[in-house]
Amino acid sequence: MRRFPSCIGFVVVLLLSTGACLDELRFYLRSEPKTFNPAVVADDASETIRYLTGGVLLRLNRQTQRVEPELAQAWKISRDGRTITFQLRSGIYFSDGTPFSALDVKYTMEQLMDPALHSPTGDAFRSGSGRVDTLVYSPEKIAVTFPHPVAGVERLFDQVAIVSARSPKKEAAVLGPFYVGDYKPGAYVYLRKNPNYWKRDEAGHSLPYLDAVKLEIQANRDIEMLRFSRNEVHLINSMDADYFDRLSRIAPGKARDAGPSLDSEQMWFNQYPGAPLPAYKLEWFQSRNFRRAISQAIHRDDLCRVVYGGHASPALGPVSPANRFWFDAQLKPVAFNQQEALKLLQEDGFQLSKGVLHDHGGHPVEFSIVTNSGNRSREKMATMIQSDLRSLGITANVVTLDFASLIQRISEDFNYEAALLGLVNVELDPNAQMNVWLSSSEEHQWNPKQKSPSTVWEAEIDRLMRAQASALDDRIRKRYFDQVQEIVADQVPFIYLVNKNALVGISPLVQGVSPVAVRPQTYWNIERVKLAAEKASNGN
Amino acid sequence: MKGMRRVAMGLASLLILFSMVAGLLSRFDYMRQDRMCIDARPSPEHWLGTDALGRDRFSRLVHGTRVSLMLAPAAAGLSTLLAFALGAAPGFLGKFHERIARTFIDLVLSMPWLFLLLMVRTLLPLNISPKASVAVTFLMLGLLGWGVPARILLARARRLRQSEFVLFARCTGVSRCRLLGIHLMPNLWPVMLAQFLIAVPVFILAEANLSLLGLGVAEPLPSLGSLLRELETILSVRGDLCSFSALAVLVLIVSSLQIVASQSEVH
Repeated sequence: MRRFPSCIGFVVVLLLSTGACLDELRFYLRSEPKTFNPAVVADDASETIRYLTGGVLLRLNRQTQRVEPELAQAWKISRDGRTITFQLRSGIYFSDGTPFSALDVKYTMEQLMDPALHSPTGDAFRSGSGRVDTLVYSPEKIAVTFPHPVAGVERLFDQVAIVSARSPKKEAAVLGPFYVGDYKPGAYVYLRKNPNYWKRDEAGHSLPYLDAVKLEIQANRDIEMLRFSRNEVHLINSMDADYFDRLSRIAPGKARDAGPSLDSEQMWFNQYPGAPLPAYKLEWFQSRNFRRAISQAIHRDDLCRVVYGGHASPALGPVSPANRFWFDAQLKPVAFNQQEALKLLQEDGFQLSKGVLHDHGGHPVEFSIVTNSGNRSREKMATMIQSDLRSLGITANVVTLDFASLIQRISEDFNYEAALLGLVNVELDPNAQMNVWLSSSEEHQWNPKQKSPSTVWEAEIDRLMRAQASALDDRIRKRYFDQVQEIVADQVPFIYLVNKNALVGISPLVQGVSPVAVRPQTYWNIERVKLAAEKASNGN
Repeated sequence: MKGMRRVAMGLASLLILFSMVAGLLSRFDYMRQDRMCIDARPSPEHWLGTDALGRDRFSRLVHGTRVSLMLAPAAAGLSTLLAFALGAAPGFLGKFHERIARTFIDLVLSMPWLFLLLMVRTLLPLNISPKASVAVTFLMLGLLGWGVPARILLARARRLRQSEFVLFARCTGVSRCRLLGIHLMPNLWPVMLAQFLIAVPVFILAEANLSLLGLGVAEPLPSLGSLLRELETILSVRGDLCSFSALAVLVLIVSSLQIVASQSEVH
């Protein structure tokens, strides 16, 4: 009789140990997800959940940067560029068992284009006024027709997670590798393996290999680093160079530099005519020679080496070399040359006397550079730029502001002189930068909301951006966009400083991760990621 | 205890002297960036090594100590004076004045200072020199930091007002001004000194935090507060003891001043 309780104990221990052997990948979300509805995703945390749970018709392979078939096994774009026809896979089911068909694609597109929903994903498809129509030919074939041609339309479907038209679970029924199993606000989002996921590996095993993904919500990077170094979390999707260097020292095998990312850091001068700035300063900032001189006076190599510990490269223009197709290889790096910079300034009537640069009106050249407080890399860059410009007799005052005040100043009051900020590029396609380059746009930072282009070169950029957006051949589009990049390099509305490298942390417990420069850097191939036995690599 | 007080006073004086002759002590300009020598260990050239931008840590420490030791006590003095004027004096004058002062202090303490500081930042021009910025910061701290000491001084002044010797003085016809000068000030002096000494490190640290609002000491000017910001993340824990030098100086200053103050209160 004594054996009975011990048998129960053994079974309990066995069950517990089986539970502990679940292949559960853990990493951090740095903020609370704002939504689980894939159509209205606008923040990083929600985007992570959409990527891990959403099934899409086409997927951009983050490594090859090419579009690949997913739920659609084939697709065709019409000659006029307005219609894309998908041939869907058959025999696919949502996570709750509801079958997938063309009706779900139709329903998803209708949801996305519903003006009442204000879907950011849907906005990308709006090429002009008019309706987006869908035509279901059969349960496996559907055509989507846009009112105007949409350049690079197939890439946009990478963001469109298909939602079931019939499932009572609505958005909770998914076609991706995982589904949301549990959510505790402020603590974690628990994703479980989708039992109905359609993909199999070469050996015929069902994917994904992982049983679950636990996304813990934590904004504090110090805690993330500590728990990562103890193997309590398995991935860090992006980290600053300081943290990367620390990680490289304490656990060299875990820190991985995936090369230049799409993100850039840049500085620009306020050229807005209505800005509350003295007329002479506005004149400096609107001068091409002045902007070029400042650009040449900044030692970008030092920024990369000192601020980013070598994990960055001098930026050449609006597109990072990581964006293989759209990067203009003809662009030349801006050489650090303070003599040349001084010559350019002298052409505009600036004079250096007693170590202070004066303009033709005798005003000493002094301006402020605003950046967001708390971002140590930007603060360091601003201080280094301040030091570089001092050699030219220019006084640059570094002002750090909280983010809300900064955005208020650069987007609403225009009460600033120069700003130093970064641009996070998620998309490879130049259409995603339309809002930056069109002179009428609110995001045209140096001089936004122009009724008509105020300079000839901005008018030319407008023309080229519109031309590339309406061309259907990618080679023709590239030719137009290359010209945009060359104009930007010549006129320097943005002084591009550095392209940061994609720095990630990967636990040795994780197998199959191949970090890339494009987001999501570490888990883009989540289906093929495995966890090794914990004992094997506890020693970092 | 007398010996300890002497040591503390000597140390405090030495630190103050050390910061006053900062220019003579440091071999490098505090803003000079030697970009080929970043995060360097201590050496005969750089006694405390260099920071992340290759600036001489010793030079920044002595200059930063000078900035903080000049301005934090000035701001603390201003706030203590305001606390006396707006807390102690009304508390001593009578119930009516005391009630008005208490209401005003409560109102000031309940105000959302963060938003007020943001408003101040908006009103200030962006293009002010680092020296002007640091002066404005400490002036703001002095003007805003009197609420808590005022409440403490008010309570002590009320007790003094009700004490027998003050009652006797009033009965003999001593004027209010004389009462304030002869009876109130000497009796409140130890409390005021304690409040002043508490405010000095608080203001040094507050200045570091205000930089988040764009109000603190602007680059490249160093201050103890801005040097302490290097320690805000886990990255500072890397065995480089020199990065803790600003903290060590702050601890030395605060503890010496506290010992001096506590001894003077006892005497």
